[in-house]
Amino acid sequence: MKLTRKDFLRILTGTAVAAGAGTLVHAVGSDGTETSNRTATGKQRWAMVIDLQKCRRETGCTKCSAACHRAHNVPQMPDTAREVKWIWNERREHVFPYQESKYTRQTLPETLPILCNHCADPACVRVCPTKATWKREDGVVMMDYHRCIGCRYCMAACPYGSRSFNYLDPRPYVGTVNPDFPTRTAGVVEKCNFCEELLAQGRLPACVEACPQKAMLFGDLNDENSSVRLILGARFAVQRKPELGCGPSIFYLV
Amino acid sequence: MRDRLLIYTGLLLFVALVTFPLWQGLAARGSTKGPELKLPAGRKNCVAPIPYMREAHMDLLMKWRDAKVRGQMRRFTANDGTTYNVSLTGTCLTQCHGSREQFCDRCHAFAGVPTPTCWGCHTSPPVVADAGGTS
Repeated sequence: MKLTRKDFLRILTGTAVAAGAGTLVHAVGSDGTETSNRTATGKQRWAMVIDLQKCRRETGCTKCSAACHRAHNVPQMPDTAREVKWIWNERREHVFPYQESKYTRQTLPETLPILCNHCADPACVRVCPTKATWKREDGVVMMDYHRCIGCRYCMAACPYGSRSFNYLDPRPYVGTVNPDFPTRTAGVVEKCNFCEELLAQGRLPACVEACPQKAMLFGDLNDENSSVRLILGARFAVQRKPELGCGPSIFYLV
Repeated sequence: MRDRLLIYTGLLLFVALVTFPLWQGLAARGSTKGPELKLPAGRKNCVAPIPYMREAHMDLLMKWRDAKVRGQMRRFTANDGTTYNVSLTGTCLTQCHGSREQFCDRCHAFAGVPTPTCWGCHTSPPVVADAGGTS
């Protein structure tokens, strides 16, 4: 059979359209509507549940953040524009905006502890140009300070404001240095690491251990008998901004 | 050929000048000594053979760094089977070599090798008189 120029072009266009349509169908079909519930690829997915009813019993308590910041040599910057935080208390209207009604306000404490959400699909990881931040198999969103170039894309991407930048050398502001953990240096971004160094020793995160009300629970979301799964199955819990699809691993029992 | 003396003197001077770095290196080898580092008391082996550590300790530290931070491998097994906790401050300095000033900095200063950026974040135990690593 002799293939004319016109037929050849016709077949070529047809093939291109078919291939394009296939890709389009695949992209639409795998639309990430389930990201908020997505499980990480690993066996474990570490998560935290914070019981706000217990937390509010201790008004003004900062033991969780104090324990964390002491354990990880987090500097106490005098200038709030340059502060560095891993876990801290934030006003409830900032943590859960649009849920502020004068009739329901009393159910939440004035301030709530917030930290890195160790998202299932973290925005910070997507934007990092050097892979200095990545998601571990066990769900921890890790930082490699050796690789961080201080571009702060991750800070722009994180919808929870969980990351801090070291504008200054933090060493003079650390106080008593914990020799078991490094400090950071000027020009890198830092954030909560879910106490991965303690998890490796089989211990709980420092904030969980420090909480006088035992308001924080820590466990594996992929294990249906873990403490976090049992309580999440029994009580109503909320995540921060779940509509963004990052899949936060920090839950608040209200 | 009346300029023979001039030519040969010039040539000799030229060769001497060009090869000066070689002579200087040879002379320095005989006349200078690096800092004497005391071996840690009670320990016979480093995590790797000493000649390797002398030449390639930074390679090992980089491997440790990547293995621990990115691969979560927190134990290092030496060739003799001993396992060590992967930690610059906790293992290298605290257990054996004392402070950074007493061990690392002295050789780096002698060899003219810039201090690496490790110490921007990693802490060093304080300088202790007569600790391991001093001469």
